[in-house]
Order: sequence, then structure tokens, then C-alpha cells
Amino acid sequence: MSEHERPLSGPALRAKALESLLVEKGLVDPKALDELIDTYETKVGPRNGARIVARAWADPAYRKRLLEDATAAIAEFGFIGRQGEDMVVLENTRKVRNVVVCTLCSCYPWPVLGLPPVWYKSAPYRARTVIDPRGVLRELGSEVPEDVEVRVWDSTAELRYLVLPERPAGTEGWSEDELAEIVTRDAMIGVAQVKAPERSKR
Amino acid sequence: MTTSIPPEVDLRALPALPRDDAGPVFKAPWEAQAFAITVSLHARGVFTWREWADALAAELAAATERGAPDDGTRYYEHWLAALEKLVAGKKLIPGQELERRVDEWDAAARATPHGKPIELPTRQGSPKGTIPPKFS
Repeated sequence: MSEHERPLSGPALRAKALESLLVEKGLVDPKALDELIDTYETKVGPRNGARIVARAWADPAYRKRLLEDATAAIAEFGFIGRQGEDMVVLENTRKVRNVVVCTLCSCYPWPVLGLPPVWYKSAPYRARTVIDPRGVLRELGSEVPEDVEVRVWDSTAELRYLVLPERPAGTEGWSEDELAEIVTRDAMIGVAQVKAPERSKR
Repeated sequence: MTTSIPPEVDLRALPALPRDDAGPVFKAPWEAQAFAITVSLHARGVFTWREWADALAAELAAATERGAPDDGTRYYEHWLAALEKLVAGKKLIPGQELERRVDEWDAAARATPHGKPIELPTRQGSPKGTIPPKFS
């Protein structure tokens, strides 16, 4: 029977079967599952990371703490990894661009970026980023000049990375909230740079 | 680490990158279910996150080897397969038991008229499972 003839499709059916067995055995609590889903769908996301980046731009002491011990500095915001992973923050400069990938699966800094985008989980991104980071960045719309070094960081179950992008020119005197507005998810993965929107310059 | 392109790599042969529009986190409820079950079992100490990452990596590598499209859109199918294997490997739910339950849900779903919630026949000790009404 093809999956189209099934009222419940293949994976939906299997997920339902698995969940119902685990619930019966007392291994998962349906209410806890709902809370988790709600958290990741609505509460955790790249806005968390953007607040960290904005504070690092605005507050040199925080920036120092963040680069020295990212796990602790991020925990100051209450963002704590559930998987026991350590965080490392990678600082972009005029001469160095950092790009984050997980070549084996899709390890990703959930507490600060939420769940990864589709392309981050794809085989081409996982495979190509280590082979041809400049090509990948070009394809994602972010050409890197020849004199800028590109560093690729491969995430693991124990170690997750967050890129601290360069603060764009024209944002002097902006508040943390204003700065957080312009920080994008892609910039914190390292495949884009943060730009100050023309009309918002003040 | 800094990488450079090894000369033997033909860049034209590399597959294109899928793009995203920063759409929904999960594209179907079952994806969220599979995700939440995994995080929940880890929180209970059923497996370490390293064990999970290894299981998922093995599943993704196998998918690539099979030539399955791995542009990220079927990611949670691989995720679910990895979860099933890990749970079976930990002897929490033997594969046979899962297959039986899949068939039961399938039968229940097909026996349910459109617009009605799908339920398993109630049995002793099992909570009533309800799925939202089917889409027409």
C-alpha cells in the first residue's frame, strides 16, 4: 500500500506508535512533550543569540567574559543547554571570518539560536563547508575577500559554536535593543555579515 | 581550523545548497513529536547526547550512501529512524513491538471516518490515544 492511501502518513504513524508505547511505559510524559515543543516553536530562537551579540557589542566587559567563557556568559541570560554542551563564541574581525557547521549530523547551539534551518541540516552544507567554505559563502550571498581568512568550526555533541559578527559601521550610540534587531541567525552561524539598514542609521 | 580546497576536488560536482525562508521550525506535528521525545528521553538519562548524536550521524550517513535526497527536507525522517533504533538498542521498545503498534494505529486510522479523531481500541492499562481529525 502506498503511503498516500494511508490516512496517517508513514512517519506520522511511526512517531505516533513510538510515542504511545513510550507513554504507556512511563518513559515520556505527553504534557512534557507539549511543553518542549512549545518552547522550541515559540520561545527559543535566534532572538536569544541576538541579545547576546548586542550586549557584547555594547558592553566591552561582557564581550571579554563571553570570549573567555561563553557557557557562563550566556548563562547570565538564563540560556542554558539541556544537552550538557559547552559553548564557544568565535569573534569575527576584519581579517577573520568564522563559519559553523556540523559535518556529521546537525549539532547546533539550540539555547541561543533555536533549531537549525533546513540548509544547515542538508548534506551539501555539511559536506561542502569544510571542502569549499568560500564557495559555500558565495552561494549563500556572502563573498569573502581573498585577504580575509575563513575558519571552519565543526560542532560536536559536547561543543557548540556561536559566531560574534562584526558590528557594522553606522551603529554608534545604538541601544542594545536596537542592535539586537539587526543581528541575524545567518550572521551567528557565520554565513552572513550584519548590515545596518540604511534608513535606520541615525 | 582553517580549510582550503584540495586540488582533487571538482567543485562543479558539488551539489547545490538548499535555501530556507526561515519558515516554521517543524513542518509537521510528527517532526515536533520526534524531536521532543528525543530531548525528553535524554533528560531522563535514557541515553547520553553523544549516543544520540552518533545514532543520528549514522542514520544520515546511511541515507547519503543509499542516495536518498538529503537536502535537509527529510531530516526528521532520518531523525525518527535514528530514535527508533536507539530505543530498540536500549531494549526499551523492541522493533517487533513498535511494528505491531504501527499496524494498530494504521488500522485504527483507516477505520476512522473523516473528521473524527483517530483512537486506538481501548485496552487494559493503556491510555486512550487521540490524534486530531484527519485532513480531507
